[in-house]
Amino acid sequence: MALPESERDLRLDFFRGIALWLIFLDHIPSNVVNWITIRNYGFSDATEIFVFISGFTVAYVYGRAMREIGFIVAAARILKRAWQIYVAHVFLFAIYLAEIAYVAQSFDNPLYGEEMGIVDFLKQPDVTILQALMLKFKPVNMDVLPLYIVLLLGFAPMLWLLQRSPSLGLATSALLYALMWWFDWNFPAYPSGTWAFNPLAWQLLFVFGAWCALGGAQRLALWLRSPIIRGLALAYLVFAFTIAMSWYFPRLGNLVPRIVGELIYPIDKANLDVLRIAHFLSLAVITVWLVPRDARWLESPLAWPAIICGQHSLETFCLGVFLSFAGHFVFTEVSNRLWVQVAVSLAGIGIMVGVAWLISWYRRAERGAGPPPPAKRPRLVRGAA
Amino acid sequence: MRTWGIVLVALGGLAFAASAGFAVADDHPAECRVGEPQLDNNFPLPRVEKAIAGKRLDILVVGAGSSTLPGPNGATNAYPARLQAALSEKLPGVAVKVLIDVKVSRTAPDSLKSLLGGLASVKPSLLVWQAGTVDAMKGIDPDAFSGALGDGVDAAHKAGSDVILVNGQYSPRTESMIALGTYADNMRWVALQREIPLLDRFGIMKLWSELGTFDFSTPTKKLDIAERVHDCIGRLLADLIIEGSKPVTPAGAN
Repeated sequence: MALPESERDLRLDFFRGIALWLIFLDHIPSNVVNWITIRNYGFSDATEIFVFISGFTVAYVYGRAMREIGFIVAAARILKRAWQIYVAHVFLFAIYLAEIAYVAQSFDNPLYGEEMGIVDFLKQPDVTILQALMLKFKPVNMDVLPLYIVLLLGFAPMLWLLQRSPSLGLATSALLYALMWWFDWNFPAYPSGTWAFNPLAWQLLFVFGAWCALGGAQRLALWLRSPIIRGLALAYLVFAFTIAMSWYFPRLGNLVPRIVGELIYPIDKANLDVLRIAHFLSLAVITVWLVPRDARWLESPLAWPAIICGQHSLETFCLGVFLSFAGHFVFTEVSNRLWVQVAVSLAGIGIMVGVAWLISWYRRAERGAGPPPPAKRPRLVRGAA
Repeated sequence: MRTWGIVLVALGGLAFAASAGFAVADDHPAECRVGEPQLDNNFPLPRVEKAIAGKRLDILVVGAGSSTLPGPNGATNAYPARLQAALSEKLPGVAVKVLIDVKVSRTAPDSLKSLLGGLASVKPSLLVWQAGTVDAMKGIDPDAFSGALGDGVDAAHKAGSDVILVNGQYSPRTESMIALGTYADNMRWVALQREIPLLDRFGIMKLWSELGTFDFSTPTKKLDIAERVHDCIGRLLADLIIEGSKPVTPAGAN
């Protein structure tokens, strides 16, 4: 299948960078800056954006490898990526352990007898740490990487299928999603319950992203330009916004007709509720409309901070999780005054951008290391090809 | 998240409290009043209304550890007992009795089993159901959580009891370790669906924390703040009950 070998779509990096910032902000509880994040204004949140774009870029990168080098090597590379993410997740878990152990030692309040039970797992580290290594015990806000790991583990055959027959691949994914809902499938968690991001549900968005990367986006282009689709998307966003407002102003909640409430609640995040998918798709339709691929501002310095974060998403994501722990730590240990909350949020994003820049600098430096290539030669060769 | 909304509402509430301060000075301690604007969820409580008319109001409080206080006076200072005191004061002539069925680290599905028995034996006019925290700590399946809540509310209604839900406590230190969000959302949705009031204890306590009314962050072994918080929660719960049991005004009248 011939793919347009054009340069990277900067919109992907830009919006993934924004999603990473939003995930960072959302992960700091009781942060006033959370107020700006999209989850407050509709059904879906930054996770949908992150998973979709990750599926898109993973298919783009490994799809090319699969076509050029073959299935085995591409599959091996995908598994290597999954392993890297696993290591990153375990590293974050170590930081979480440090934080919770500190709280266990330093905090006491008779009001919170029940809540302090959360540190009880420290009493049996043999079980909990093992469960964490098996991705069954997942502390708060550490659910996304395990989801990503499972999605990658199953991705190689799906990528193969998507390249043979994109429609069949997408249909298989949708079927799995439907079966998951029908049979209530999910992965078990420890100490009880199931995964907070059900991989069998969220794979649909990941595969849809991959499908778009492998030519689906072009096939959808006509639809995306239709005023009817745009109108529907806009109407749905307004509807979701209205419902979301009723969560914050209970008086409005009483006005939501009972029948609507019965239809839509609960909005299931774990199993990627259809309402959430529709909300994400509506956002995507409007975004693609407002931000064309060749939008000038994407190359301006204003867009650069988000783009550079989006281009190093794994590192930035992990850093964001760590920074959200650290940010919350500052709130409880130092101050949670309004200006501190704003300062911590801005500083966190600043650090994410700085580190992403540092990583890209390292990459360039390392590429430059090794036996010095004869100056200008490679470019001549490439130009001749 | 909704901090701005809360702060705005709170400022409005403070202005109101200041202007009306003299008239109700003997009512609640000022620190409790800060939480009043949060009681904005007025579904009626017809069974309570009837019970008050009949001069006898039995209430069953079902919950977990955050419905208790430690220490020898824990039972008399925890919010269920404070609720009884506040209601008795506000409803002279009505025999108010608050019974508790509270057990540490109990999830909503566990509470459901227990409260079915309680409804049959106590036959309360009102069930106050506190849930959310243990469910979040144990990672109970959110569907099972809201399913249990819904079943409990339906069973209570069938047994002739109104229901008020009470959500988790705001606890700044453990906030990044206990994901209350999903469970709080589900409680809100169950309350909306079944048209019952929800006491947003989380929102109220968070507001207190933001405005400096109470300090929830500093480590302490003393019970004074905990007791004042429970006293306020009991009083605010009483307000919610009185508000909900007022005869229903014709639509649009307020």
